[in-house]
Amino acid sequence: MADSHQSTGNSGGQGSASSTSSRGQNRTPRRSRIIVEFLGSMNLAITLLVALAIASVIGTVLVQNEPYTEYLIQFGPFWHEIFAGMGLYQVYSASWFLLVVTFLVVSTAFCVYRQTPGILKDLRRYNLQVKEKSLRSFPASSTGDLGQSQEDFLAHARRVLKAQGFRAREKTRDGETVVAAMKGRWNRLGYMLTHVGIVVICVGALLDGQFLLKVNEWMGNVEIETRSIPESQVPEISRVPVSNPSFRGSVEIPEGASANVVFLPVREGYLVQDLPFRVELEEFRIQRFSTGAEQSYESDLVIHDPERDEPLRATISVNDPLIYDGYAIYQSSFADGGTRVEMEAIPLGPGALRGVDFPGRIFDEMDIPAPGGEELTIEFIDFSVVNTQALLNEEGEEENVFLGPRVDFRLVDRTGAGLYYRNYQNPIPQEGAKYFLSGVRESPAEEFSYLFIPADADDSLDRFRTYLTMLHDDEVRMAVAQQAARGSEEMMGGEEGRQAIARTVSMLMQTFAEGGYPAVDAEIEQRIPEGQREQLGGLLFQVLNSGLQGLYMEVLEEEGVVAITEEEQRWLEDAVSAINALNFYGSPYFFRLDDFDHREASGLQIAKAPGESTVYTGSVMLIIGIFLMFYVSYQRLWIVARPNEDGSGTHVVMAGTSNRHRVEFEKRFAHLERWIIEQKNVGDDDSPDSATNKND
Amino acid sequence: MSVPHEALDFERPGFFRQLLLRDWAYMALVLAVAVTAYSLYGHMMDRYDTGGLILAAGMSAWLGWFWRPWQLFSVIVAVLSLFGVWLYGDDLARGDSVFWLNYIGSGQAGVMWMSVMVYLSTAAYLVGLFSTSDFPYRVGSAFAWVAAGAGLMALMVRWREIYLHDPSWGYIPVANLYEVFVLMVAMIALMYLYYEQRTGQRGMGAFVMLVVAASTTFLLWYMFDRDAHMVEPLVPALNSWWMKIHVPTNFVGYGGFAIAAMLGVAYLVRHRMERTRPDSRVLARIPSKDALDGVMYKAIAIGFAFFTIATVLGAMWAAEAWGGYWSWDPKETWALIVWLTYAAWLHMRFTKGWRGPGMAWWTIIGLFVTTFAFLGVNMFLSGLHSYGEL
Ligand code: HEM
Repeated sequence: MADSHQSTGNSGGQGSASSTSSRGQNRTPRRSRIIVEFLGSMNLAITLLVALAIASVIGTVLVQNEPYTEYLIQFGPFWHEIFAGMGLYQVYSASWFLLVVTFLVVSTAFCVYRQTPGILKDLRRYNLQVKEKSLRSFPASSTGDLGQSQEDFLAHARRVLKAQGFRAREKTRDGETVVAAMKGRWNRLGYMLTHVGIVVICVGALLDGQFLLKVNEWMGNVEIETRSIPESQVPEISRVPVSNPSFRGSVEIPEGASANVVFLPVREGYLVQDLPFRVELEEFRIQRFSTGAEQSYESDLVIHDPERDEPLRATISVNDPLIYDGYAIYQSSFADGGTRVEMEAIPLGPGALRGVDFPGRIFDEMDIPAPGGEELTIEFIDFSVVNTQALLNEEGEEENVFLGPRVDFRLVDRTGAGLYYRNYQNPIPQEGAKYFLSGVRESPAEEFSYLFIPADADDSLDRFRTYLTMLHDDEVRMAVAQQAARGSEEMMGGEEGRQAIARTVSMLMQTFAEGGYPAVDAEIEQRIPEGQREQLGGLLFQVLNSGLQGLYMEVLEEEGVVAITEEEQRWLEDAVSAINALNFYGSPYFFRLDDFDHREASGLQIAKAPGESTVYTGSVMLIIGIFLMFYVSYQRLWIVARPNEDGSGTHVVMAGTSNRHRVEFEKRFAHLERWIIEQKNVGDDDSPDSATNKND
Repeated sequence: MSVPHEALDFERPGFFRQLLLRDWAYMALVLAVAVTAYSLYGHMMDRYDTGGLILAAGMSAWLGWFWRPWQLFSVIVAVLSLFGVWLYGDDLARGDSVFWLNYIGSGQAGVMWMSVMVYLSTAAYLVGLFSTSDFPYRVGSAFAWVAAGAGLMALMVRWREIYLHDPSWGYIPVANLYEVFVLMVAMIALMYLYYEQRTGQRGMGAFVMLVVAASTTFLLWYMFDRDAHMVEPLVPALNSWWMKIHVPTNFVGYGGFAIAAMLGVAYLVRHRMERTRPDSRVLARIPSKDALDGVMYKAIAIGFAFFTIATVLGAMWAAEAWGGYWSWDPKETWALIVWLTYAAWLHMRFTKGWRGPGMAWWTIIGLFVTTFAFLGVNMFLSGLHSYGEL
C-alpha cells in the first residue's frame, strides 16, 4: 500500500515501472472504503474546486446584497424569482455554496486521512526489496562493473550518500547488497501541512460564518427587519443576543452619543446585535490633504463596560482598530451626526426680501407653507463642512477650490413627489465671479444641475433679492417701463404709443419674472401673427432686455452705484439667466444656510471573529507546506551491488526517482553516478556546471 | 582509473563555503547601506519602517547570494536612484531643469526608457528566433536587464517625487495602477532573466518578452490617455504598512503566471511545429518541450507560492482596514478564483501526471483569469478595492 501513496507523488511518466499508481487496487471493496475513496478522490476534488470557482464568479458578476427591488427592475419578475430562489443574490451564504465548501473540506480531510498512513510508511520504509531488473527500467538508472571489492564500493557509496544528505538502509542477501536511500522527507510533510492547512482555514472561517444565526433563522427564532425604524422599536425577534459567537456589523454614532448595538446586514434587511458594552463617541476628527481629500480619520471612543471599574478610552483610526475583549472595533466611515442648521426660506418671487428663518436638523423633516397655500415638507438629508472641488479659475485652469459648508435636503409636496437639493452656504468663485450654488436633481442616481445666483459686491444675496422683489412689483416695473419707453413718442405716434410700449415692456417683464424666456416665447407666439413674429419678436426681446436693464439701474441707484462696471454688467446677465432658470428649479424658495452647529458621526464596524486566529494558523501551515512541497524535492535512490560473475570486482546497478523537477533530478543523478560508479570528480572535465552550484 | 575517495568533490561544502569573496563584499555593502540609512533617518522611522528596512536589506543580500547577477544590478539601480534623488534635492521643479532628471533619471523619464528597452529587447529576441546566431538573443537579454533596471530606478525616484509633491501625501509607489504596472514589467523581466540565466535557454525570451511588451503598451496608453502618472494622495484605507508587502508579493505571483503562460504559448508552437515542420530552423531555436515544461512548472510554483502569501497578507490587511479578513469583495473573490485555477493545474500535474498541450493551454487560460482578476475587476466590477479604477 505504501507504494501507492508514494506513487501519487511521482511526477507522471517517470519511474512508472516501479511505482504505477495503484488507486484501483484489487481489494474487496467495503462500503465505508468506497465512500472514503470517493470523498478523497482527485476527481471529486477537482470538480469541487471548479464548482467553487464558478460559484465565486457568479457572485462577483451579479452584484451582491442589493435591495430586492433593484433586482426586480433589472431582471424582471420571472428571472428574479429564479435567481432569488437559487440564492444568487447572496451566493456566498447560499446553502448550496456552503455545501460545496463543506464537501471540499470533507474531501480534503479524507484525502489527508487516506494519504497519511501511506506517507508515514513511506518515510519509514526504504523498500529494500527492489529487484535489479526493475531498477534497470527506471528512466534514471545506470550500471557499472567496478574493479573494487563489494565492501570497498559500499563504503564509498555510503560516504557519498551521506555527504549528499541521503539517509540510507541496506540489506544483504545471498551476497547481493541493496542500499535504499532517500532525502527531502520534508516534502511529504509539506503535503500534510498544505492540505491540513486548508481544512483548518475552512473550519476557522466556518466558526466566523454566522452559522448559528442562519440555523436560528431557519428555525424561525430570528426574523430579519426590513423597515427603517429607530433601533429602540426593533422587535425582539430581530435582535441577536450577546451570546452570538461571531458577527460583523456596523453602527453610526454621533459625537456625544453612544451605542450598545450594531446592525448586521442580512439580505434585504438587517438584525440588531446586542453588545455587552456601550461605545461612546467623544470626538471625531478628519485630516485632509490640500486637495480636500481625506487623509485619515479617527474617533475618540470611550468603552463603558459594566465589568470594568473605569471606562476605557481609546482612539481608533483607519487601519488601526481597537481590539477589546474579543471584539474588534474599526473606523470604517463617517457621516453627519445630526447637525443643527439655521435656514432661511427666501421666496423666489414677490416676497424675495421677506425670508423666513427656521431651525432644522439633519435627518429631521419639517413642514413649510408654500406661497401658493399648499404645504411642503423639507427633509434634511446630509451636511458637510469641507468640500473641495477642482473648478476652472480665471485662466481656465483647474484649481482646487474650497467650497465650504453645504446642506443636502429634499423637498416633498403633498403627493409625496419631490426633488433633491444641495445648497452651499458661501458664494463660490467661478471664472472670475461668485455665485450662490444650489443643485437640484430628481433622484440620487442623477447628477445635480446647478442654479447659479450671482453674488453682489458684498458677497451677499441682497442685490438679487432686491432685483427679484422689484421685478415682481407692478409699480416699480411700470415706472421702469415708462423710463424704457421714453423717447419713443415720435416713433410710436405720441403719448398713446408710448404708453402702449410701456405696458408691453411691463407685461413682458412680468411674464419673464413668472416663467422665464419660455413664457415670453409663448406669449409672443400667442399674440403676434406668424408672419411678423420674426421681426417683431426680436424687437420685443430687445425691449424686454432694456426693461430688465432699466430695472437694474434702479437697483444700483438705490445701492448708490453711479457708473456701471463690466462686473456689474455681468451680474445682470447672470441674474437674468438665474431668473430664467428658476422656471426649472422646482422650488418656490431658495433655502439659504445661515448658520450651523456641526455634529459628526463616526461609522464603526464591530466584529467578533473567534475563528480568525484559526484561519491565520491554517494560512501559515498552508504557506509553509507549499514551500516544502515546491522546494524540497523528495528523492529516492537504490543501489544494488554484487560480486562480478568472475569474482574480480563488483557489479553495480543504481536508480533513482524524484517527485519534482525531472530535468534537475536527471542532472543530479548524473552527478551521483559519476561519484558513485565512475568515482570521478564532476567538476573535473566535460560537465560545465559544478555540483556545488545548485542554488536553485 | 579511480582517484582516492578523499579527493572527490562530493563532500558538499557548507553553505558559507560556497560563497565567494564578492558575495561577502556585497553583503557588507548592503549592511553598510542599511546601517547608514538607519543612522541618518532612524529617528524618523517607526518600528514598521525599521522592520521594512531590515527586510529589504536581508532580501537584497539573500538575493545577491542566491543569484549573483543581482549584485551588480542592484548596485547600479541603487546608485542611479540615489543620484536622481540627490539631483532633486528639495525641489521638484528641478525635474524640468536638470538634464539628467529631465531625460533619464526622473520617475517619468525612467518609465519611458524602460518602455523603449522592453520593445528593443522584444524585437531582438524575435530576430534571434529567426536567425542562427545567438547574438540577437544576447542583445535582447541585455536590453531586458536595462529595462528592468530603468523600471526599478523609476519607481525609486518616483518615491521621492511623491514626497516632494507634498510631504503629507507620501506613500510607496505601489498604490495605483500606473505604479504597479511599472513594477510588474520590471518584475516579469527580472524573473525571466533569472530563468534564462539558470537554464541557459535564451529561446524563451521571444515569447516571454511579448507579454512584457504588451504590459508596456497598456502602461503607455494608460499614461498618455489617462494621465495615470500624476501623483494623487492616497485614500485612507491604502495608507497601511500591509500595502507595502502585499502588493509586491502579489506581483511576483502575477509575474510567475505570466511567464508560465508565455512558455505555454512556446510549448504549443513547438508542439505544432514538431508535427508540421520538423526541420524548420525556427524549431531549433525554441527550447525543447521538456525544458519549457520544467520552467513552466517552476514559474507556476513560485507564482502560486507568492500568490498564496499575498492573498493571506491581503486578508490580514483587510482584517485591519475593513474589519474582516474575508468579505467576498470581487477582488478577493477573483484572487481565490485565480488561486483555485492554479491549484487545480498543480493537482493535474502531480496527481494525474498530466503534461502536454492541455496543460499549456491551461496556463494560457490561467493568464486570462489572472488578468481579469488584476484589471477586469477594476474595470467591470465594483467593490471595496475600487481605488485602482481605470
Ligand atoms: C482547496 C483544496 C486544495 C488545495 C488548494 C490543494 C493544494 C495543493 C497544492 C498546492 C499541491 C502541490 C502541488 C505540487 O506538488 O506542486 C497539492 C498536491 C496534492 N494534493 Fe492538493 N489541494 C487541495 C485539495 C486536495 C484534495 C481534496 C486532495 C485529495 C484528493 C488533494 C491531493 C493532493 C495530492 C495527492 C497532492 C500531491 C502531493 C505530492 O505528491 O507531493 N488535494 N495540493
